[in-house]
Amino acid sequence: MKESRKASLKAFLNNDNTVGYIFAAPFIIGFCGLTLIPMALSLYYSFCDYKIGGNALWIGLQNYLNLFKDATFGNSIMVTLQYVLIGVPLKLVFALFIAMLLTRPTRLQGIYRAVYYIPSLIGGSVAVALVWKQLFGSRGPIVSFIKSMGVTGFNFFGSTTWAFIPLVLCNAWQFGSSMLIFASGLKQIPMDYYEAAEIDGAGAVKRFFKITLPCLSPIILFNLLMQLISGFMTFTQAQIITNGGPNHATEYVSLFIFTEGFSYGHMGYACAASWIILIIMAVTTGIIFKTSKTWVFYEADE
Amino acid sequence: MKAKKNIYTVCYHVFVVLFGLLMIYPVIWMILSSFKMKSEILGNNAPFFPTEWVFENYPNGWKGAGEYSFATYFKNSIVISVLATVGTVVSSAMVAYALARVKFKGRKFWFTCMIMTMLLPGQVLMIPQYIIWNNLHMVGTFVPMILPKFLGVPFFIYMMMQFIKGLPKELDEAAMIDGCNRYQIFSKIVLPLLGPSIITTVVIQFYWVWDDYMGPLLYLTKPGLYTVSFAIKNFADVQGTNFGPMFAMSTLSLIPVFLLFLFFNRYLMDGVTAGSVKG
Repeated sequence: MKESRKASLKAFLNNDNTVGYIFAAPFIIGFCGLTLIPMALSLYYSFCDYKIGGNALWIGLQNYLNLFKDATFGNSIMVTLQYVLIGVPLKLVFALFIAMLLTRPTRLQGIYRAVYYIPSLIGGSVAVALVWKQLFGSRGPIVSFIKSMGVTGFNFFGSTTWAFIPLVLCNAWQFGSSMLIFASGLKQIPMDYYEAAEIDGAGAVKRFFKITLPCLSPIILFNLLMQLISGFMTFTQAQIITNGGPNHATEYVSLFIFTEGFSYGHMGYACAASWIILIIMAVTTGIIFKTSKTWVFYEADE
Repeated sequence: MKAKKNIYTVCYHVFVVLFGLLMIYPVIWMILSSFKMKSEILGNNAPFFPTEWVFENYPNGWKGAGEYSFATYFKNSIVISVLATVGTVVSSAMVAYALARVKFKGRKFWFTCMIMTMLLPGQVLMIPQYIIWNNLHMVGTFVPMILPKFLGVPFFIYMMMQFIKGLPKELDEAAMIDGCNRYQIFSKIVLPLLGPSIITTVVIQFYWVWDDYMGPLLYLTKPGLYTVSFAIKNFADVQGTNFGPMFAMSTLSLIPVFLLFLFFNRYLMDGVTAGSVKG
C-alpha cells in the first residue's frame, strides 16, 4: 500500500503537466502578480479619481474626456512621435552601416566590435545622461565647437526646436545591440548571391538594395519593433537631461505619466493616459506587422 | 594591384579607428574631465587634456553630499544587483526549460503571455505596480527591485528558450534511459549546458539593474537606500556647477559594468545574437 502510494506520487511528480507547472511557476506567479493584476487595477483606476492613500471615486469616462482636452498630453504625444520617427530610423540606419563596416574579416574585428559596443553598454546609465547634459550644454564642447564656426547664441537646451536633438543622438548612439543583430544577419546571407550578381554586372549600390536589404528584412522588422517600443517609452534620458523642457518640448509620454501620477498625485488620470498610449502603440505595431507582409522576405523553405 | 589593395586596407582601418574614437569621445571626455580643475571642464577654452592632472575630485566626490558616502551607495547597488541577477538566472532558466522542453497543458498559452509581457513596456505598469507595493508597505525597501526578478524575466526566458531548443533532444532521452527524472535532467544536463546563455544573462541583467533609474526613483525613498546610479543624479543636483566630483563618481559608477564587459565580452557578443536571430 505504502509502496504504491509512493509510486503514484512519483508518477505524479514526473508527469509532464506537473513538471511543466512546477518549472513555469515563477513566471505564472509573476505574470499574475506583476502584470495581470496591475493591468486590471490600472484599468479600474483609469475610471476613477484616485490619489495614493485616498479612496477611489468612480467618475466614469471623465479622465479620458479630460485627456482629449489636455493640450499638454496632446503635445507629449506629438513630441514622442517626433522623437520616434526621427530617432528610430536614424538608429537603425546607423546600426546597419556600422554592422556592414565591421563585417570585413580582419584580426581586429573583435576589438572593433567591442569598442563600437561600449556606448550601448553604458548609454542608458544615469552617468552618461549627466555627461550628455554637460556635453551638449551651453558651455560644453559641442556648443563651443558650433560657436567656433561662427554661429552665435546657439543653445540646445534653451530652444524648443533643438532640445530633442541631444536626446535623439543619445538614443542613436546606443546602436550596439541592433548592430550585433544585423551583423549576425549579414553573416547568414549566402556569398553566392553576391557573386552571381557581380557576374551579372550589378554594382555595389544595386547589390545592397536587391540582395542585402531583402535578405535582412526579417531582422529589420525585429529591430524596428524593438526600437519603436523602447523609443516610445524613453524615460531616463529625458528625465535627467532635459526634464521635459524647455516648455514641454521633450516631455515624452512616459514623463507625462510620471509627472501626472507622482508629482501631481493624479493616479487615475495617469492610468488613463497609460491606456491611451498602450492602444496607440498596439495599433502602430499592428499596422507595421500587417504591412510587413509586403516588404519582409522569408525564404520559401521556412 | 596589391599596392591598391593595401592602400584600401589602410584607409579602412584609419576610418574605423577614427570613427570608433568619435563614438567613445563622450566617455573619454567624461574620464578626462574627472581629472580636471573646475575651470578647465567647460567653456570655450576648455582644453581636451587637463593641463594639470587633479585627483582630488575622487575623494571629494566619494564623501557624497549628505550624511552617506558613496561607500553606502556602492554597497546598496551591489546587494541589489547581485540578488536580482541571481534571481533572474535561476527563475528564467527554470521557466525557459518548461516552455522549451516540457509538453504540459497550457504551454502555448503561457508562452504567448510571456511574449506579451516582453513586449509590454514597464512604464505602462509603473503606477499600478507602485500602488500594489505601496499597499504591501514595501516602498522604501529593496524588495520591489529584487523580488520581481525571482519571477522570471521574459527577455531572458526567451533567449534561454532559443538556446535550449538548440540542444540535442537525444541528451534528454539518453539521461531518461539512464534513470534520471526531469528534475535531474534539468539540474545535471540542461543547466550546465546553458553556460554561455547564463553568462550573457548575468552580464546584461547585472548592468540593467546597476544602471536602473526608474526603480530607485520610485521605491528607494530614503538616502540610505540609494543605489550609485540614483545617488549621482542627486549628487549632481546638489553640487550645482562643481562638475569635477560628479564626473569622478560617474566614472566610478561605470567601472563594474566595464569590468564585466571586459571579462565576458566574447560570450556577450555571441549570446546577444544567438538568442534573437533564430526564431
